Amino acid sequence: MQNGSVPGYSKPLYRDDAVVLRVQKLGESDRIITLLTRRHGRIRAVARGVRRTTSRFGGRLEPFGHVDLQLAEGTGLHTVRQVEGIELYAKRFLDDYPRYTTASAIAETAERLTPVESEPTLRLFLLTLGALRALAEGAHANTLILDAYLLRGMGLAGWAPALAECAVCGTAGRHGAFSVPAGGSVCPDCRPPGAAHPAPATIDLMSALATGNWRIADGTENATRRECSGLVAAHLQWHLERGLRSLPLVDRG
Amino acid sequence: MYEGAIQDLIDELGRLPGVGPKSAQRIAFHILSADPADVTRLATALRKVKELVRFCAICHNVAESEQCRICRDPRRSDEVLCVVEEPKDVVAIERTGEFRGRYHVLGGAINPLEGVGPDNLRIRELMIRLGEGTVKELILATDPNTEGEATATYIALMVKPMGISVTRLASGLPVGGDLEYADEITLGRAFEGRRAV
Repeated sequence: MQNGSVPGYSKPLYRDDAVVLRVQKLGESDRIITLLTRRHGRIRAVARGVRRTTSRFGGRLEPFGHVDLQLAEGTGLHTVRQVEGIELYAKRFLDDYPRYTTASAIAETAERLTPVESEPTLRLFLLTLGALRALAEGAHANTLILDAYLLRGMGLAGWAPALAECAVCGTAGRHGAFSVPAGGSVCPDCRPPGAAHPAPATIDLMSALATGNWRIADGTENATRRECSGLVAAHLQWHLERGLRSLPLVDRG
Repeated sequence: MYEGAIQDLIDELGRLPGVGPKSAQRIAFHILSADPADVTRLATALRKVKELVRFCAICHNVAESEQCRICRDPRRSDEVLCVVEEPKDVVAIERTGEFRGRYHVLGGAINPLEGVGPDNLRIRELMIRLGEGTVKELILATDPNTEGEATATYIALMVKPMGISVTRLASGLPVGGDLEYADEITLGRAFEGRRAV
């Protein structure tokens, strides 16, 4: 909600809810908070004094939290005025190292999928929030939640791998080869040299994760999940200009 | 843009953390107008810090010899080891006067978003120290933020099978604060860690 200028504040104030993606130290006791907001896309905001132990809202601005904020608009950086926690997921991840590393990969992906600041991305916001909630509740295996998030995030960015048709000629059906540079499954006629030959169950798992068919996904073997994670990570890193720093550090148990 | 030495100084100062172009310019002109003796003292201090200061071979705290002052002190207990992120945390704990054990400085915290994993910290060196069998209690004094907590969780996971008692610094309400302003995590922990009076 845009409040416009408020007496006593030189900058217009507005309110939005957001997921905290990243925090970086600034000066003596401040932080720059990277937020994925519901209505304003990805923004960066300064939170003053939050590193002091007496800070009124420092604890609410830790990564992975879903928070309700009042912000002051800025030309580059916004300023956090007030914060209320809606659901602080970090407290569920801190005593579980694999979950923490998975949440970090989700947060970094969300940041990388929004290269332009202040461009609303409601679907990515809801996807990110859903992934963190599922991770916090332990609804499914961490690795499945992460791969489902990456596949759907790539779908929102327009890079979803072709799984039900050939990525080159569009021939419908499940194909045996998978080529990251070609864009997904490829038929025998279009298969480029060096294409991978994943197990059919792996392509089924990728399809299940992309469409939210958790009954199939939850019933898969560890070897299938590992192969799926490898293909998803390779597909994502191919489309991003540089790799995700957090992905190699994800503890997959 | 200025010419020659003054611009070089502004550029160098501007590379320091937390110093922007305006601050760099202000500091450079302050140095230019300062007493030559003060500037020489500053230059000497800068040179000496690079020449003399190194990391302690045992705890990785800053030191001016092979071992730091704390590791050389025979009056301190070898049975209690306190793990901190940075040398400045050692100073903060020493100021309390409450701790008489030894330290281990990790050199940061696990932060996957910045590409910092367990292998980038001095966790392997910590495990080697603990493997010597002298330490009975390991105190995890990493920062009470997400990265610090995750680092503590990771170390606890690695150390517990060794049979060493692992403790974490208590966290809760700051002295002088109002209860209504406490965030949910802090207040929750204060409840968890409540004690009989």
